[in-house]
Amino acid sequence: MKLTRKSTTTPQAGKTELGINRRQFMKQMSVATGGIAAASMLGTGMIRKAEAKDIPHSSPTEVKRTICSHCAVGCGIYAEVQNGVWTGQEPAFDHPFNQGGHCAKGASLRYHTHSHKRVKYPMKLESGKWKRVSWDDAINEIGDKMLDIKQTSGPDSVYFMGSAKFSNEGAYLYRKLAAMWGTNNVDHSARICHSTTVAGVANTWGYGAQTNSFNDIRNAKNIFIIGANPAEAHPVAMQHILTAKERGATITVADPRYSRTMAHADVHLPLRPGTDIPLVYGLMWHIFENGWEDKDFIRTRAWGMDKIREEAKRWTPEEVENVTGVSREAVYAAAKHMAHHRPGTVIWCMGGTQHHVGNGNTRIYSILQLVLGNMGIQGGGTNIFRGHDNVQGATDMGLLFDNLPGYYGVTTGAWEHWARVWDLPFDQVQGRFDASPYLGRDPMTTPGIPCSRWHDGVLEDKEKLAQKDNVRLAFFWGQSVNTETRQMEVRDALDKLETIVVVDPYPTMAAVMHRRKDNVYILPAATQFECEGSLNNSGRSAQWRQQVVEPVFESKNDLEIMYRLAAKVGIADTLTKHIKVEGNTPSPDDIMREYAKGMRSIGYTGWSPERIKAHTMNWGDFSAETLEAPGGVNKGETYGLPWPCWGTPEQKHPGTQILYRTDRNVNQGGGNFRARFGVEFEGESILADNSASVGAEIQDGYPQFDDVMLKQLGWWDELTAEEKVLAENRTWATDLGGGIVRVALAHNMIPYGNAKARCRVWTFPDEIPLHREPLYTPRRDLIAKYPTHDDMQVHRLPTLYKTLQDKVISDNLDKKYPLVVSSGRLVEYEGGGEESRSNPWLAELQQEMFIEMNPADATDRGIRDGDNVRVEGAEGGYIFIKAMVTNRVKPGQTWMPYHFAGVMHGEELVYPESGGDSTKPYVVGESANTVLTYGYDPVTQMQETKVSLCQVEKA
Amino acid sequence: MATMKFLCDTKRCIECNGCVTACKNENDSALEWGIQRRRVVTINDGVPGEASISVACMHCSDAPCMAVCPADCFYKTEDGIVLHDKDTCIGCGYCFYACPFGAPQFPQKSVFGGRGKMDKCTFCAGGAEENHSEAERKKYGANRIAEGKLPMCAELCATKALLAGDASVVSDIYRERVASRGSNKAIWG
Repeated sequence: MKLTRKSTTTPQAGKTELGINRRQFMKQMSVATGGIAAASMLGTGMIRKAEAKDIPHSSPTEVKRTICSHCAVGCGIYAEVQNGVWTGQEPAFDHPFNQGGHCAKGASLRYHTHSHKRVKYPMKLESGKWKRVSWDDAINEIGDKMLDIKQTSGPDSVYFMGSAKFSNEGAYLYRKLAAMWGTNNVDHSARICHSTTVAGVANTWGYGAQTNSFNDIRNAKNIFIIGANPAEAHPVAMQHILTAKERGATITVADPRYSRTMAHADVHLPLRPGTDIPLVYGLMWHIFENGWEDKDFIRTRAWGMDKIREEAKRWTPEEVENVTGVSREAVYAAAKHMAHHRPGTVIWCMGGTQHHVGNGNTRIYSILQLVLGNMGIQGGGTNIFRGHDNVQGATDMGLLFDNLPGYYGVTTGAWEHWARVWDLPFDQVQGRFDASPYLGRDPMTTPGIPCSRWHDGVLEDKEKLAQKDNVRLAFFWGQSVNTETRQMEVRDALDKLETIVVVDPYPTMAAVMHRRKDNVYILPAATQFECEGSLNNSGRSAQWRQQVVEPVFESKNDLEIMYRLAAKVGIADTLTKHIKVEGNTPSPDDIMREYAKGMRSIGYTGWSPERIKAHTMNWGDFSAETLEAPGGVNKGETYGLPWPCWGTPEQKHPGTQILYRTDRNVNQGGGNFRARFGVEFEGESILADNSASVGAEIQDGYPQFDDVMLKQLGWWDELTAEEKVLAENRTWATDLGGGIVRVALAHNMIPYGNAKARCRVWTFPDEIPLHREPLYTPRRDLIAKYPTHDDMQVHRLPTLYKTLQDKVISDNLDKKYPLVVSSGRLVEYEGGGEESRSNPWLAELQQEMFIEMNPADATDRGIRDGDNVRVEGAEGGYIFIKAMVTNRVKPGQTWMPYHFAGVMHGEELVYPESGGDSTKPYVVGESANTVLTYGYDPVTQMQETKVSLCQVEKA
Repeated sequence: MATMKFLCDTKRCIECNGCVTACKNENDSALEWGIQRRRVVTINDGVPGEASISVACMHCSDAPCMAVCPADCFYKTEDGIVLHDKDTCIGCGYCFYACPFGAPQFPQKSVFGGRGKMDKCTFCAGGAEENHSEAERKKYGANRIAEGKLPMCAELCATKALLAGDASVVSDIYRERVASRGSNKAIWG
């Protein structure tokens, strides 16, 4: 970081493109109106933009409310618009999440609507040349190809890569588009972000989301941050974390690096990458040994803790120190501190999730909170920070290979539920899918190919795939493929695909890193600021973005592009049966009404576009301390109506800021752990014991509500005649009339039942979290004791474990590649970085891709700070970057940011030119993922980006 | 009469660079690649004791730049903001010598390695041109002070580390923080 900030070199991009400012921007635009030759390349599509002309300070200013498009804190912004151009960005001091604050990315958002690095019009690669095409031609050609593929290979040979940058409405429509097309080959970056959280946490207590809120962290007395670096990845969250600190909370950071967050913490637990499970068992060892656990909480609200106790017993201070590298004194001190400072919260991010044992990591963090009794209380909970602005929403919308909206899964029952919501006969939906089973799996009810491994869907021998044929056409809609590990295979897969369709404001790597001459399309999508719609922050609060400006250049709203594609391939009528379409754009309000009707399982039914907009238009009414409005039109409600928001919008449920909170009535946002896994296991009840939320008529555990339970309780006749018809044979989650939920709430009971959280997930490969050494481990001595899984087939793809770990020993990979490598985030960039590196205000701050290495390792290799180095990964991928020699990483460990792309194996890639400008970002660099290797979580197919092996040498 | 000051609360600064890009965003009409009126400086990077502070022109009461400028291009507004006249500036760099904060910046792209006109933080108060005129916007950037607003860097600070405004108000806010933190470690690092 320091390294690049010293740089005074101007970037490679041409001088004229640099420091393009508002005035120059306007000037160029007005030139286009005049039709002067040089600018006329911009063409007619740009003329609309040109109307902006030069804007004097005195021009009338319109103020729009929007939300930052980077991380999921959900910071509000006042956007000043003059003559249709976003000219100023003012702080939203009244916004309850950020109170006007922004990090580098948030403070530079305005640029995205001005960037000349954007794709200006639809483009197609033909005979090695990028050609401008019309929207109609592009949609027609792509649609024809899709139909041709469907005919010969079936619907599963089209891959729908989606995005956490979609609005909720975009994410929902995209998921539905894939369903109408007839495939589960749809996914997005949550797969490589928090998929292991969603699976691990949901399987522990019901919902796989952040349980509390950013603002609630202010109430914590102890903050345990493990595998997260909010100072860089979620800077505005630090506002709340530091407020807690100033009120006396202590901060413990478990991170292999001395991170920017650690600089503000009290205790550092520098664990070896990939040893989270032993570290947390190590904490529990002390907690159990000293009787510091919350015995009441465990007895009434947690199930299966005995197995955890047994496993924790094995993790003696000596063994924990041996495996994790953290001193026994530090572990003891941290455990003691957590035990004596409650409530405490746990915060985690990619450092915990992106492992081949990710589902175990997220479960062990959750179990720690159960042990300490920190769940369902203010200042407690698991505050899981989601990465992208709408990754919570996109996940909720089922933009996943294994889910329909609302986490219903892809079972026949789930499809029947959604067919009813869509008002389509089930047979018609089923008819869109490939009906034949492959490797004994039925395509409609088998999860698709994950975002992390779409390339395996292209390259794998089709006999080993549980679908008819390889993927032949793929959409990369708002996703940079440089965020996936094994970049060499990603490149091969891009080469092998028959057609690539990139839909994005920027070309992104799918359009750049291939070695093709033909059949790559780029369709310019509008940014979030050029469309309206809702999004959910990490804390499950919904916000509504107003449209700041019209789509710039020829770009279009995602909803319109999806609709036009659907119309071309003949599925538009089913896609938008109950959604109004104006021009070619489906109404976001109608889309929200449709998904809110269907997503009963997570309590979306209380949402309506009107309610969400009323919150967004009244930021100042909500307290930053409580997130609740003490008065005004939203009196008593929590900002953004965090789900579950029960009942109908008219019932005005206030939203649930803190999940599983028994000290409140369900009608005021109370709750308890969800009865999602039946009522007993092996003869033991898993319902709550003598614990229930305030006011519940049954002050004990109870199963989820359905028609049978209502009848047994004698409450069936509280349903109206119409409700009864719809409720027959339904549960609370599938009763479209909502009667079952209404009656449950009338008795102050939670529709989803009242169970214990479970420490044992009997459906997972590891019933309780178990330590397994990374595939590419530097500790061969630990493989025998803590081996990885055996190879297995996960859904459609074969997945390797033991085969690769064995190779470490047989091929001496730990000797050849002695350094551990992890990847992570920089504050200035986000995700694959194509958008943020195309913003000069950000790009100027980080101009070089680098690897952090300890002075000991650097000196051994004759490497000095700032030297050019060659980094080679354990599967042979190599990159040429700079060395940053720093004590931030411990000896034997290295770290790289993953936002760079545009250079591969030392060779600069060629970006298309669009509208007379190169789309090449101001800063390019080698992707860390060229070095990173195989390794996937067996439950979710999360990729392993935090532990691999590499060697660094002077270049 | 107000006396405008910046204060960076190092207990809160997380080196997120929000202030740096906020400045770029607001003053982009006057800035170019390589000119950063505000920077975040980190000491003890990556080791215990790491601390960051956001630095720009501190608008000194007895400004050394003003004292040494051979062209006498500096002037002070009635709010205590130190500004300079780019038309008078000769680009000698003497102010850069004198400034204890490294605030003065020089463009890097001019021919023969010439320094060009000095550029520095204006406290978002524009410069030696008519308020909100084209000339002011081009040479100095935004003029938020004339609109009754404070500098963008402090307004957008992620953690409210960077404070800007009348010195008495800023020090009241900071005093309150220090008092509520209640420890002898309340200030630096």
